Amino acid sequence: MPQPRDEADLAEAIASARGALEPIGGGSKRGIGRPVRAEPLDLSALAGIVAYEPEELVLTARAATPLAEVAQLLGDHSQRLVFEPPDLGPLLGASAAPTLGGVLAANSSGSRRLSGGAARDHFLGFRAVSGRGERFQAGGRVVKNVTGYDLPKLLAGSWGTLAVLTEVTVRVHPAPEHERTLLVPAETAAAAVSLMSAALACACEVSCAAFVPASGVALRLEGFEVSVAARARALVEALGCAREHRWLLDADSREMWAVIGGAKALARHRIVWRVSVPPSAAPALIERLAPQDYLIDWGGGLVWLGASVLDAAVVRGALASGHATLVKAPEPVRASTAVFPPLPAGLAAVTARLKEAFDPRERLNPGRMS
Amino acid sequence: MICFAEPDPAVLARKREIVRALHALAPRVEIIADDVRLAAYETDALTAYRRRPLAVALPESTAQVAALLAFAHREGIKVVPRGAGTSLSGGAIPAADAIVVGLGKFNRILEVDLANRCVVAQSGVPNLALTHAVADRGFYYAPDPSSQIACTIGGNVAENSGGVHCLKYGLTTHNVLGAELVLPDGTLVRLGGKHLDSGHYDLLGLLTGSEGLLGILTEVTVRILRRPPSARALLIGFRSTESAGACVAAIIACGIVPAGMEMMDRPAIHAAEAFVHAGYPLEAQALLIVELDGPSAEVDALIERVHELARAHDASSCQASTSEAERLRFWAGRKAAFPAVGRLSPDYYCMDGTIPRRELPRVLGAIEALSERFGLKVANVFHAGDGNLHPLILYDANRPGELERAEAFGAEILKLCVDAGGVLTGEHGVGLEKRDLMSYQFSATDLEVQRRIKHAFDPGERFNPGKVFPLLHRCAEEGRVHVHSGAERFADLPRF
Repeated sequence: MPQPRDEADLAEAIASARGALEPIGGGSKRGIGRPVRAEPLDLSALAGIVAYEPEELVLTARAATPLAEVAQLLGDHSQRLVFEPPDLGPLLGASAAPTLGGVLAANSSGSRRLSGGAARDHFLGFRAVSGRGERFQAGGRVVKNVTGYDLPKLLAGSWGTLAVLTEVTVRVHPAPEHERTLLVPAETAAAAVSLMSAALACACEVSCAAFVPASGVALRLEGFEVSVAARARALVEALGCAREHRWLLDADSREMWAVIGGAKALARHRIVWRVSVPPSAAPALIERLAPQDYLIDWGGGLVWLGASVLDAAVVRGALASGHATLVKAPEPVRASTAVFPPLPAGLAAVTARLKEAFDPRERLNPGRMS
Repeated sequence: MICFAEPDPAVLARKREIVRALHALAPRVEIIADDVRLAAYETDALTAYRRRPLAVALPESTAQVAALLAFAHREGIKVVPRGAGTSLSGGAIPAADAIVVGLGKFNRILEVDLANRCVVAQSGVPNLALTHAVADRGFYYAPDPSSQIACTIGGNVAENSGGVHCLKYGLTTHNVLGAELVLPDGTLVRLGGKHLDSGHYDLLGLLTGSEGLLGILTEVTVRILRRPPSARALLIGFRSTESAGACVAAIIACGIVPAGMEMMDRPAIHAAEAFVHAGYPLEAQALLIVELDGPSAEVDALIERVHELARAHDASSCQASTSEAERLRFWAGRKAAFPAVGRLSPDYYCMDGTIPRRELPRVLGAIEALSERFGLKVANVFHAGDGNLHPLILYDANRPGELERAEAFGAEILKLCVDAGGVLTGEHGVGLEKRDLMSYQFSATDLEVQRRIKHAFDPGERFNPGKVFPLLHRCAEEGRVHVHSGAERFADLPRF
């Protein structure tokens, strides 16, 4: 297994590869995607923080830097990654530690994606090696930058099929002084989405909104204490919460959102789908599919479905718009299913040409995103 | 001096035939081919350069755009997309052998969807019209480029436009959910929708900021936000740009994300005050406007905190707005900074680099030294929160050689930004203007990777030719004409 020590080594490994390679940072998301027949490419040596200036709100690290190390450093300076990358380990049954580069390559965002944006929105720049074995860079180390194509967006969510990230720069944010989560019971998905919609339409700056059927609708408020207190009062009033409701404070609130973001409640299921839909379409989707288990996040915009059997044709047939990814399934199922959403002809053609532009010899994760 | 690529003589020679074929397209499209009406499309807001296109097409349906592009693809003719033509980097300046496709008739808002917190609009809808469509329901569209009464949402997506509030609410790319795009070969594709993120490669993210090089947008879906209940601003004067910069760093260090945070240097303060009498402190070396928005309890508390930080950083003056009228007055000078500087000089040239914030005092010092070297004055306005610097170089185009000197000065400033760890352009785009500086920021390999992306969409390089990438072909004669005071396009628009 190639274990490049640095970027030059990596370029050499890719340029001289005779067959396909599977780039691996920590390996925590190896179970996602079509199974790839390729030699593992161990990137773990490309780790370490390169530059962190809290006052500039940017951090640069080598791609295989463990996410936990980044979180720790940011936490020491009361900062954070606002897109809240989820820990999918419990869901996928994987014990490997996620890396910053892996999170970006998968565009992996948690519940705060609703208000704070996705991983892709905070990915400012990178260095990488393409499937051609070329070393290149794109983007920058500043927040505001329109110089050239926005390649961080293209690389975010490309699952290592275009280039191997070696160094990444992300925007970081101040951590809030205080947070709390309002829990309100809801009987059905439809009632829950309508409640979340009302919460998001009032000026309370709800940062996360999810529905966990066993516990109800969860609405998160974060910020300066004085602000959260004022918004908490306004939110309860706006929703007319005469019904029972309760609050989770700080650590309890954070813990709840870590569980929701990582979809831990669905861990016992053999098949798990992650479906992005217009928020108002979530209830009909759930009604139509009647999954054994589900979870709604992003105010309705993200639906997790858990079941022992749930076919791609059934899930995608129920979608009027949006897209569905098979996040968890045994390898034989993933080998015979379009794990990532199939594309219409026009988009498929552009996508194939982009793949060819970066990786004409199909060295990097071939077929993983099919 | 920016040069234009030599137009294809074979295409120029076929002009009459091409125009005839454009008129014969089905569905029928409005075509402009007479010199008088073509003159209106010769340039954009980078008025020092202009080119008369072969023809202008003004489609009003996606089917017409697809038919136009399929025709241009078949015939090998270049295409320049155009929204409102407010680009400051020459992004919409035509080529002599190109058809301009103007999206002015794509002016309808198609759907306001409050349940999904989004608006679907045709690409030629002005930015501000999106907010107007939802304002009565308490919502707004956040990105607010200064030309927002004129610039179109399609142009905003093409340029990934910013605005003074993007520090807190993001750029266009953070606020676009979906798009309908006609590819250079006439194929229609839809990207995104009312849902979040892409299931495959993020082509919408790639398209945003692609400067019209990858296709023509016909429809855009944007997310809308609830208008914050209150907003207040502070006007803070400092004795030095160093202490202003340190105060900005301190505000950010204590976890505050202001809705806007703008800095002006002494020449900009004086120009603005003389123009709009906003009550700016004339003795200050640097002026900071900090706006906070949100629930009033939060805003009032944070105003106090920023006030304390200002005092701790040796502010020479500090006022907090106590009414909406006062808040708007604080902004009036900043928003009028460009025209105000325009009163000091027959012409000015607006630059747009981004730097790490901590480099500000050093970069301003270096700009001052360059100002002496080039013998041209400069005023600086600065999006202090995100490091985006707009030096305004004052010159007189009627004096021989002065425009050339202003351009050379500008190029030096942008190189300075790159050297400081920043980039060539923060929000105005590369366009025609900064094309030849790209190789200063990027290596040949970096640019080759980008050019291959271009080819994945547009193998013939027919779309918005001569923009973004350094020119490889032979140059035609330079295409500049002098535009003098008062002749600036959209002179009445605030720019910041």
